[in-house]
Amino acid sequence: MEQDKLILGGKEFTSRFILGSGKYSLSLIEAAVKYAGAQIITLAVRRANTKEKENILDYIPEGVTLLPNTSGARTAEEAVRIARLARELGCGNFVKIEIMRDSKYLLPDNAETVRATEMLAKEGFVVLPYMYPDLYTARDLVNAGAAAVMPLAAPIGSNKGLATREFIQILIDEIDLPVIVDAGIGRPSQACEAMEMGAAAVMSNTALATAGDLPMMADAFRKAVEAGRQAYLSGLGRVLVRGASPSDTLTGFLHD
Amino acid sequence: MENQFFVDSDALSESALKRKHQLENDPSSRTDHMAYMPGQEQISSDIREKVMAQVESYDPSRYTANDVTRALRKESLSVEDLKALLSPAAEPLLEQMAERARIETRRHFGNTVYLFTPLYIANYCENYCVYCGFNCYNHIRRMRLTMEQIEHEMQVIAESGMEEILILTGESRSQSDVQYIGEACKLARKYFRMVGIEIYPVNVEDYRYLHECGVDYVTVFQETYDTVKYEQLHLAGHKRVWPYRFEAQERALMGGMRGIACSALLGLSEFRHDALASALHVYYLQRKYPHAEVSLSCPRLRPIINNGRINPQDVGERQLCQILCAYRIFLPFAGITVSSRESESFRNGIVKIAATKISAGVSTGIGDHESKYTGKESDTEGDEQFEINDSRSLPQMYKDMSDEGLQPVLNDYLYV
Repeated sequence: MEQDKLILGGKEFTSRFILGSGKYSLSLIEAAVKYAGAQIITLAVRRANTKEKENILDYIPEGVTLLPNTSGARTAEEAVRIARLARELGCGNFVKIEIMRDSKYLLPDNAETVRATEMLAKEGFVVLPYMYPDLYTARDLVNAGAAAVMPLAAPIGSNKGLATREFIQILIDEIDLPVIVDAGIGRPSQACEAMEMGAAAVMSNTALATAGDLPMMADAFRKAVEAGRQAYLSGLGRVLVRGASPSDTLTGFLHD
Repeated sequence: MENQFFVDSDALSESALKRKHQLENDPSSRTDHMAYMPGQEQISSDIREKVMAQVESYDPSRYTANDVTRALRKESLSVEDLKALLSPAAEPLLEQMAERARIETRRHFGNTVYLFTPLYIANYCENYCVYCGFNCYNHIRRMRLTMEQIEHEMQVIAESGMEEILILTGESRSQSDVQYIGEACKLARKYFRMVGIEIYPVNVEDYRYLHECGVDYVTVFQETYDTVKYEQLHLAGHKRVWPYRFEAQERALMGGMRGIACSALLGLSEFRHDALASALHVYYLQRKYPHAEVSLSCPRLRPIINNGRINPQDVGERQLCQILCAYRIFLPFAGITVSSRESESFRNGIVKIAATKISAGVSTGIGDHESKYTGKESDTEGDEQFEINDSRSLPQMYKDMSDEGLQPVLNDYLYV
């Protein structure tokens, strides 16, 4: 486990829990870093675009990597403009692409996301695109220069867990980049399950933000993510859904 | 028609009074409120038809407590469910509605509450809307700020820490033309992160121009969706044209605006129908323009200068709360703004249940921010549109919201 690192854009992380943006409070950031062990925190650039006394940027602890997102972008071009602004604001080279053209479900637009990924990767950004788990899109994102892919588990904020489980598994099996499960993770057991499946990390926000006891829930997420990762590394087999494994081999009759 | 609204000013000339009385008493002296006036763009849209078909067939007395509980158990509500939540049958279940609304608000917005302030830059008006303090027959101090005065107002407001501003005018295209408003918006972009407008409805090209000046959000209140009542309340001026006003938000989106807000002015007509219409106006707009950020307001009638008798009729705080809970449960993703027309205690309570945005440091007068914020005397001020009910300053509101366990947010927006 000591050597088990998440590597994104050449940077190493020991934590595989990423704090998402969205619901925001200073106590949430504190709990995520202190109790969930988050080393990456997502931040909506539009939310940081403030003069206000309690600017979220001032509350990001040192050593934590900022992952600014392009929330509010409706096209690839808008995402690129927001990413550039993030870099100007001093948020570093990482960017999470979020392009939504639906204010109700906030589902990502895969086609625009591929275009934005290509443009931003060319500009030297470490691009982490939020996407609907579609294999062709994931491959296009690899070719466009993404540093990871971030499929959604369920509609954002819904706490519904791995609604897209089968499709995320396909991405994990077929894509050579880290697969970070984003959106919809509502409880530690779901985070654990995603990690068992082989996800490189999970991102969550609402599950923590709406918890009764923030620090306790943050701690539960840390443990769940670690447990899931450990199970994956220990070689958890896929559980057969139908029938038991026969004790006598089916191919015992073969002689050569 | 009830006469709580009609007030004759001594300052009116005999001929003006005569014209006023004629408009009030003789419907045939008034123009056709459903016909577009010259220059008013007509777009092709089915939203009006969809909204009004539902509103016209709505019978609030038909719904039972069972309909309400069934609606509250559903994850995603139908239009029928919304009708049940707005019905009298839902009134005894207000606490359950509030519980569900609170869950939705927290799920979609967390514990944040957005703060903004309105800035009135002119109060000239060409309309005779009988309930409004700015109406052309009301004898008030009129004013239109110069760009220097606007900039000064903005400096005073920005100094207080405010980052989102809503620019308002009376509805006079001749006194406050689109160019004038556009220039004010360009100034606003210098001092604020987010600029919205609440002005008379304009054509798509004008919205496009205003968007280029830095505006991304457009609020238009329909006042009432009851066209017959609308005709009796908006007796003269371009605002009389009901359909042109109804289509304003759609034209704004066509002109490139990011978001829109709708509302009826509650208390003008049957409020359950008006609330239903407001919610459906937003609902069908969002279905047609899924990228649009949509929000609802919920103003109730307030007293105005020269007429203290105006009140929200049968829309009490319980009714208003019911409406807002219904909005939240039916449209969990929509913003809900509660203005300073409501009291401090109502606003403190409703932000925990359904509202996501409230105003602070409010003046509905013209050019009086310095005197209101600092107490400095001024003799060049224009009168207010209506009496406000919550005069808390930004610092006070910020503190009060924090004390309620909420996270006040001054900006969550980027102009791209």
